[in-house]
Amino acid sequence: MLKPAAIVGQVILYGAFAAFIGYFATSPKYHQIPDDVALIKLSISHLGDRDCRKRTPEELAKMPPNMRAPMDCPRERSDIKLEVDLDGKDVLRTVMHPTGLYKDGVSTVYKRFEVKAGTHQLAVRMNDKLINPGFKFVQEEEITLAPRQVMVIDFNPDQGGLYFK
Amino acid sequence: MSVHAALRNGTKSVFLRVEEAFDTPFGGQDNPLRHLGAMALYLLWIIVGSGLYLYTVLDTGIDAVYSSIGYLSNEQWYLGGVLRSLHRYASDGFMLVMLLHLVREWSYGRYFGFRLYSWMTGIPLIWLAYIAGIGGYWIVWDELAQLSATATTELLDWLPIFSEPSARNFLSPSALSDRFFTVLIFIHLGVPLLLILGLWAHVHRVSHVDYLPTRRVMLSTAAALTLLALFRPALSNPPADLATVPGALAYDWFILFIHPLTDLSSPAIVWSLLFGLTALLFALPLLPHARAQPIAVVDPANCTGCDRCHVDCPYAAITMAPHPGRPGLKLAVVDADLCASCGICAGSCPSSTPFRRRETLVTGIDMPQLPVNALRQQLEHALAQLAGRTRIVVFSCARGAEAAPLAAADTAVIDLICAGMLPPAFVEYALRGGADGVVVAACRGGGCDFRLGERWTSERLRGDREPHLRHNVPPSRLQLLLGSAHDSGALAAAVSELRTRIETLEVATDRLPPYLRSASHHA
Repeated sequence: MLKPAAIVGQVILYGAFAAFIGYFATSPKYHQIPDDVALIKLSISHLGDRDCRKRTPEELAKMPPNMRAPMDCPRERSDIKLEVDLDGKDVLRTVMHPTGLYKDGVSTVYKRFEVKAGTHQLAVRMNDKLINPGFKFVQEEEITLAPRQVMVIDFNPDQGGLYFK
Repeated sequence: MSVHAALRNGTKSVFLRVEEAFDTPFGGQDNPLRHLGAMALYLLWIIVGSGLYLYTVLDTGIDAVYSSIGYLSNEQWYLGGVLRSLHRYASDGFMLVMLLHLVREWSYGRYFGFRLYSWMTGIPLIWLAYIAGIGGYWIVWDELAQLSATATTELLDWLPIFSEPSARNFLSPSALSDRFFTVLIFIHLGVPLLLILGLWAHVHRVSHVDYLPTRRVMLSTAAALTLLALFRPALSNPPADLATVPGALAYDWFILFIHPLTDLSSPAIVWSLLFGLTALLFALPLLPHARAQPIAVVDPANCTGCDRCHVDCPYAAITMAPHPGRPGLKLAVVDADLCASCGICAGSCPSSTPFRRRETLVTGIDMPQLPVNALRQQLEHALAQLAGRTRIVVFSCARGAEAAPLAAADTAVIDLICAGMLPPAFVEYALRGGADGVVVAACRGGGCDFRLGERWTSERLRGDREPHLRHNVPPSRLQLLLGSAHDSGALAAAVSELRTRIETLEVATDRLPPYLRSASHHA
């Protein structure tokens, strides 16, 4: 039979165990970013272009009739050059490499930028065939971000290339 | 002393002090700190039981998942809400108890030798527990789930394992589908099943496993968590919205601490910490540690195949095989990798009785570092030396209360590897050999370094376990003390109390007839 003092002791200790769990299961509150900050997520997954070459008629003639594809495209994909400017300052300059052992997979990038909520000038430039100079895809906009808003920079060739969402 | 050893000893000292303080209200068997593994298993069963109910009522639709869980807390608070809260709080408790268990076992040096297997199989369970815990939070699909899902995938993407960033799955609300939650629940069921399988392996090489704590501990823990669930129910944060970053969140620091840690540092630092800690845990047994003691040795000529050592061994180190020389009989076989060198088997062997008249006492299973014959010789020598009005023999566990300072002309002290290695007949042998009283000092309840030494000793002396102390031994002349290394004062008090009792109660009439092994049987 437990003594009264032991019962009180057990109640206190089990209570402390429950209180400890109850407190740290919900507290202190966690704030991932300040309230006046918004988030820009840059996430692009894209197959770089290939450096294709048109076959000459002589080359085609030497090939079996069922394999006479007019273009000779290597398996490898081009690196992708990407630049992001925010309010005139460059925040990212990178070259994305294709994945895969044969460099034939997608090139990807995923970055987070925490910015003050408000209006900003955002410019993104991308070139997916580096043998060509300049940037094939450019998107430049004035954006207005609400506090804690998440804006995504993505790429979809079917939607015209780079876009902000 | 190395830094590691100093750190370990310091931590052990803290654990010992707190455990002993907890012994006061709880007692040894009900002390949760002495049964952390069993506590963790019990909490896991609460998680499984409450989780099964949550699974049956969960709607895995992308919008319905939030509302179906919210319904439990808001409309069905008396059942679903309580079970949901129990599920969460038991999970938090599980993490807490698991980490305490890990630190305690490390501080007690239980990670090498015969405990190597349990240590190694325990490490992956930590990963499984956290995978299950973090995944469980996603199912609610509130802002906390959103934060955790995004942060976890961003952390995973740092590793070169995906061709495309997995965080792209949480870029926008349109990226998610109902199937995501179906897969999530499949994972949230599958990982805990792996965890249970891993737990089976974890305790596989331990016998008499405490699968559950005592009924009193279970009821008290369940009551505490239920009260917590009623007074502070687990609630969802606002629903997830991938178009915004969650604001201030009620946060579970037991399970989701990794996300703030990543935000404060970087994925590289967090992965380095996680892999580094895991590697360190695996490598701990390679660090210098105490040398292994000689293991138990079986003597086939004296082993009767009675099975008692096999039953009593705390680490399942003994198996019974057909006796090579005696057809139909069995022989104990010791597995060197599992033997803890505790001597509990020698204490359980019926051939260990000191009343055998052979000059050299050879028992069925014995410890080379302290054979039963040496124990008998030590006792006989001590009895011959004892003088004074009330002569007392103290059999003490070397890991329990220190008895050496009590040695005096009227008090003999005999150290044992573990109290469990004392064949109960030695108590009667001492009383019949000239001692007026015997004190047996074992570790505190639930505090035996070899798990079961104090339990088997108590049961054998009470007559509840074979080999038992014969009933003709007067209880007034025997004192059992369960004490830790910090209880030397209690042991001294027990010896003093026994001496006073024998001297004042005039119990001389219950003295056992003397027995002299060297005298002729018919003398």
